[in-house]
Amino acid sequence: MKNSIAERVFDFIKVFPPFSLLSNEKLKIISEEVKIIYLEKGKTVFKENDMFHDCFYIVRNGAVGLFRTKQNQKEMIDICDGGDIFGLRALLAQENYTLEASANEEAIIYGIPIDVFQSASENSKKINKYLITTFASNAFAPYTREQSDEIFDDYIPKDNYDIENLQAAKYTKKTISCSPETSVKNAAIKMSKHGIGCIVIVNKENFPIGIITNSDLKNNIATGKFSIDIPVKEIMSSPVKSCKKNITVTEAQLQFIKFNIEHLCVTKDGTNHSPLIGILTHHDIVLSIGNNPSVLLKEIKRAKRTKSLRSVRGKAHKLLQSYLDQNIPLRHIVKIISEINDAITYRVIENAIIKMHTAPPVGFAYMALGSQGRKEQLLYSDQDSALIFEDVPENLSEETKAYFLKLSGHITKALHKIGYEYCPAEMMASNPEWCLSRSEWKEQFRSWILHPDEKAILLSSIFFDFTRIYGDQSMIDDLSNSIFESLDQSSMLLSLLAKDILLSPPPLGFFKQLVLEKNGEYEDFFNVKRRALMPLIDAARLLILTHNVKEINNTALRFEKLSELEPENKELYDSCSYAFKALLKFKTKQGLINNDSGKFINLETLSKDEKLKLKRCFKPIREIQELLKFRFKVIS
Amino acid sequence: MFNNIFKSKKNYPEFFRTYLDSFKKSKNLPLSETRFIVFDTETTGFDKNEDRILSIGAVSVVNNMINVVDNFELYIHQEIFKSESVKIHGLLKKGNIEKVTEAEAIELFIEFIKNDVLVGHHVGFDINMVDQMLLRNNLGKLKNECLDTGLLFKQSKHIVYQQNLKNYTLDDLCEELKIEKVDRHTATGDALITAIAFQKIVARLDKKNNLKLKDLL
Repeated sequence: MKNSIAERVFDFIKVFPPFSLLSNEKLKIISEEVKIIYLEKGKTVFKENDMFHDCFYIVRNGAVGLFRTKQNQKEMIDICDGGDIFGLRALLAQENYTLEASANEEAIIYGIPIDVFQSASENSKKINKYLITTFASNAFAPYTREQSDEIFDDYIPKDNYDIENLQAAKYTKKTISCSPETSVKNAAIKMSKHGIGCIVIVNKENFPIGIITNSDLKNNIATGKFSIDIPVKEIMSSPVKSCKKNITVTEAQLQFIKFNIEHLCVTKDGTNHSPLIGILTHHDIVLSIGNNPSVLLKEIKRAKRTKSLRSVRGKAHKLLQSYLDQNIPLRHIVKIISEINDAITYRVIENAIIKMHTAPPVGFAYMALGSQGRKEQLLYSDQDSALIFEDVPENLSEETKAYFLKLSGHITKALHKIGYEYCPAEMMASNPEWCLSRSEWKEQFRSWILHPDEKAILLSSIFFDFTRIYGDQSMIDDLSNSIFESLDQSSMLLSLLAKDILLSPPPLGFFKQLVLEKNGEYEDFFNVKRRALMPLIDAARLLILTHNVKEINNTALRFEKLSELEPENKELYDSCSYAFKALLKFKTKQGLINNDSGKFINLETLSKDEKLKLKRCFKPIREIQELLKFRFKVIS
Repeated sequence: MFNNIFKSKKNYPEFFRTYLDSFKKSKNLPLSETRFIVFDTETTGFDKNEDRILSIGAVSVVNNMINVVDNFELYIHQEIFKSESVKIHGLLKKGNIEKVTEAEAIELFIEFIKNDVLVGHHVGFDINMVDQMLLRNNLGKLKNECLDTGLLFKQSKHIVYQQNLKNYTLDDLCEELKIEKVDRHTATGDALITAIAFQKIVARLDKKNNLKLKDLL
């Protein structure tokens, strides 16, 4: 019987080792026995110490992470992308899994039954050799590794900076060089063409003899000291400092400090009398030490591929952890991490536009909503976004919208790959409902404000916190203005919102105990987002809207602004701002411990002191709700 | 026509009696052990009386896993042929794919699906076409429980969009659930796409990890 599915499986696996080493007939036999498994993000394939399964796996779409638990901390060892194999070693060794495998993003994997594979690959020397070398080199995903060296390293968490500094420094291999007789002008043209800050001068045997950097050009040429037509040898710094290719990060740093230089020439034997093979800059070293925000931001600006952005976001995550450990004020942490999140989104959009091949037909702006819009997004959370584009004549509206929907599709897909989950409620620019023209958006908000219904209340908590990430700010200002105009006409939505906030369940029960979730996966956990953070976030938004204040989205800052506007309530607003920051920190810490969004807190893991601290944050919630009740005349 | 009414069950062939008998005992399995048969048919058109099934493709989903070995792909020889539908499914009247008769197809299909749950995109149409084929061959209608991925998808949408009464095509599903379209408009290709859509939708509906079969039906 014809089996089209097996044929498709065959087409996919045949290009990846070890399958690529098998004959087509044998591959067909294997393809017919494959199991196709769909994994949601976070879904586990196997855990550490689980009994080995009867099949091993190859990733078809998406990505699967491999983890190891070390001192109760889950460490990511590697990420398997399309074509990578995992879960094979345990099967061959007939022992329990030593790693955990779970979906790092939504994924489809193929399960290959080991008995079928073994009988098909029996007596294949090539396969045996492949398997032995794979495991001997300790590489779990050799295919990805061959493709791009850097991914693997990025994903090994480094606790110990000393070890890192003893690693070989990564240097630039494609060195741009010129002969000593080249004119300064031509050398400068070459530098600007390649977008580099220095050029190495080599002799006929390709030995490095000198170097010219941007500052040489500034000091000698721009000042008029020399003409730009003189040969480079007149102004180059010479001799150069050279090193071997396996120089460690620490050694390189020492060289830079000792000679007060910023560049090292990498040569074949490490001396100036052998051919140039690369250049190591101070920048390369800073990058490899790398967890500081300005380096991360630079890295983001240069990233051409989504994978590199994913690795930067991973680094930011570690940065966040160390900030919390050092007890840096949350205000600063939030600022830095938001900056990084926004920069990543910005870069993703730039890359997406390149992918579209044609420039956007009209002006547009990409807005972040929800927590990113409020600049409160510390951990990975859902994507909430919207897109606004300039009005176009009716006959062009369909194709214009189609363009922006496609663009948004690229954007949300890339963000998902980086780690921001799709919004389950599809509040994303890629949804036709939230990718609208300027006048459509105005009309949308108008109808929410003037004819509020259940949907409007539900959505306004997300949509009223919009911030521009990319594109035309004036369009967004215009939208804000139109919102306040509508709000002047009717305050119905605001009073409904107030009522809705007061309906939200209180964090404390009758006996001042914390109210826990009653069912579902998180039964007996405390939902800190819904019961504590949301009431504060919603109250701040509502109050700030009544004051016609725009451009302040952050909840803590909104409360600070409120205490400025209503000095009589200063004390309450200040305590709300404080409580909000404390709660957000709570959630973030929990999220880092449990590797999730931190929404749910297991009370058993809290110390008595922490529980008290948590409870103290609830007093302002109660008080702000009283204020709302009074101000919006809500009868309960 | 009177044939059907007066025909007693006893005259059914062995395989069909076994099929009917299998529904007598209720099995009440947990979701993870239920075998779902995701299937699709390619037909000569949309008229249940006039048109015929040209091919059936099906895969099974058990415990969120599609087992490639447990699949079904069949091409049926039909006298009725409409050239205008060829551009959709690409099946020629005298193509070189091995074909079977309707009667043979029925027996193989019934043995494959057993009393398990049938899943399809806008499954009503496919069930109707299969039922007509069964009646033409003097057998009774299908008795399996059915799930429609079109309806399930609507259920899985956020409450905000549920009043939107849009009719989702399989292409819409691929678009929204980000499924690669491979072998679209072949019975097996569409069955596989629908199966993946089914897995994704069930995962969305099963956020609390306690979904039961009766919640889906």
